[in-house]
Amino acid sequence: MIKWLKKNLFAGWFNSTLTILSIYILYLIVPPTIKWAIIDADIQGTTASSCSSGGACWVFVKMRFNQFMYGFYPEEQQWRINLSYIIGIGVLAAIFWARNNTSKVLLILGYVITAFYLYHGGILGLSIVPTYNWGGLHLTLVVAITGIIASLPLGILLALGRRSKLPALRLCSVAFIEVWRGVPLISVLFMASVMLPLFFPSDLHFDKLLRALIGIALFAAAYMAEVVRGGLQAIPNGQFEAAKSLGMRYWQIMGLIVLPQAIKIVIPGIMNVFIALFKDTTLVLIIGLFDLLGMVQAASTDPKWLAYSVEGYVFAAFGFWIFCFTMSRISVRLEKKHG
Amino acid sequence: MRRAGAALLLCFLACSLSINAKTLEAVQKRGYLQCGVSQSLPGFSYPADNGSWSGIDVDICRAVATAIFNDPEKVRFIPLSSKERFTALQSGEIDILSRNTTWTFTRDAQLGFEFTNIVYYDGQGFLVNKRSGITSAKQLDRAILCTNAGTTTELNAADYFRANGMDYKIISFEKDTEIVTAFDSGRCDAYTGDQSALTAQRLKLANPDDYVILPEVISKEPLGPLVRQDDTVWIDLVRWVIFGLVNAEEANITQANVQTKTKSKDPAVQRLLGNNQDLGKYIGLKANFLVGVIKAVGNYGEIFERNLGAGSQLNLPRGLNNLWNNGGIMYAPPYR
Repeated sequence: MIKWLKKNLFAGWFNSTLTILSIYILYLIVPPTIKWAIIDADIQGTTASSCSSGGACWVFVKMRFNQFMYGFYPEEQQWRINLSYIIGIGVLAAIFWARNNTSKVLLILGYVITAFYLYHGGILGLSIVPTYNWGGLHLTLVVAITGIIASLPLGILLALGRRSKLPALRLCSVAFIEVWRGVPLISVLFMASVMLPLFFPSDLHFDKLLRALIGIALFAAAYMAEVVRGGLQAIPNGQFEAAKSLGMRYWQIMGLIVLPQAIKIVIPGIMNVFIALFKDTTLVLIIGLFDLLGMVQAASTDPKWLAYSVEGYVFAAFGFWIFCFTMSRISVRLEKKHG
Repeated sequence: MRRAGAALLLCFLACSLSINAKTLEAVQKRGYLQCGVSQSLPGFSYPADNGSWSGIDVDICRAVATAIFNDPEKVRFIPLSSKERFTALQSGEIDILSRNTTWTFTRDAQLGFEFTNIVYYDGQGFLVNKRSGITSAKQLDRAILCTNAGTTTELNAADYFRANGMDYKIISFEKDTEIVTAFDSGRCDAYTGDQSALTAQRLKLANPDDYVILPEVISKEPLGPLVRQDDTVWIDLVRWVIFGLVNAEEANITQANVQTKTKSKDPAVQRLLGNNQDLGKYIGLKANFLVGVIKAVGNYGEIFERNLGAGSQLNLPRGLNNLWNNGGIMYAPPYR
């Protein structure tokens, strides 16, 4: 034990100083945080008046938990969202075990369609829940997962287009990628929610969420294209030529030889784009959609809970951390599996 | 070329506006009112514990919805950011914008909108610590002010201090919570903003009772709902439903007594509640539309007290928003 300490924490005066400094900083931060978040915190009761201990007021989060999770989704219909989560976990597990790529793609497509009809309703006697009622963590997941699922195939096509030998296709891909990478996501969302409606006839209304989803998917696809292109460039030309000499066609070469290797190389890059995308979903707040963070902010403007926005933010940060951390763990597993 | 482009864009706006001339019919056919509100502003519009929208801006829309459908739930609230609010109204995504919007000349004349009423008279003020001993804004010479970045509050403060020959320094922040933290830690002597906002922010301070809002109001911020200016029937409908709320308060018609008041012998009350005389038909409504509205949301005074006044944590005084015969300037033309 002492040997380990000496070797790892107190080797030389520089390391010792750093260790002592770190311990001091931890001492400054950790005990007050624990005191605030746990020891002095209140969770009993239902109103702000039960928060009298001076610490965190988790009553606020407790009372609004349902809203943070489901937004304005009608309470008696929330089982539909829960059901979709359960199916989602099942699908995720199935994808991990499945060996056949076609069945993976079919599983994902089937899930997206099922989830959409579960959320929106309108078939099999499910009542319609319009998208303006969607919110909270549910909306965050809808936006992030749609972006993730749509951006990968789009990005691969764009990357292939950019490396294509056909000038028109290459030019279009380059133009698309550079335009979408050249503008901030905020302006994309603004265009989708503020400018587009002015160009449509007034009796035609595209759903605001749909507009935002398309904007985010195209935006993420442009970034994804560049990540995938990096992988494509790492595959030596010899492989391409060898495949060609075996008489394989373009899509066979790409699908069976080049892409599987290229994507394997860029798994960390792809996961990076996914995690960034997940956090970028909070920007939908500026076009009036309430994701998890937006819901927390809106709830803390209720005069009854005005003083408790910090608790809400801590809760939101924790929620985001769970998902981003899970994604990075999945990335590590994928790298090990395919590495 | 550029002018042609602008003309084309204008035509787009104008053409798309002219199609919307029959707002009331469209709303009735759709079965619910579409109302643009703020994403969240204490007392004006915010999601309440039970997941429904609350606030004075929200209740104005509920009143209009009740006037049309006799049901305060037949309204959809569409939260809008301050930048997209006008487009949403122009494009017909909403029928009425009830989003703490200040009535100004350019918004009224230039954008093709009509402000129907003023539902809240706001104004910029100052919040200070009681210990500073400051009791009037005139004593704020050489003060450090905290405020929101990029709003008219900075300009209003500049005007006010110059007009009074006083010196000041301003620190602006992006977020309300940052201002509160800065103010709490004593970085600034006064926090300036709209008085309704200051009242809400005050509750976020560690010891709200140590702070006081100074009596001076240095700007005019009349807030009210707006609609597209091409549909005069719709403008009149929204305007007179809201005037009805104010007139009902003046005539002492409340949520509790509106049913008994329908038997009143007072001719003014009879006209308001649609006895003997059908005034509703001129705006496409039933004669007794106001009875349902008052039952659902109460009169203007009740709406105010519930959302901003004594019935809420904000506890704002009525002040300017009191009735004209009660010390305020809230005044509605008569139903005749």
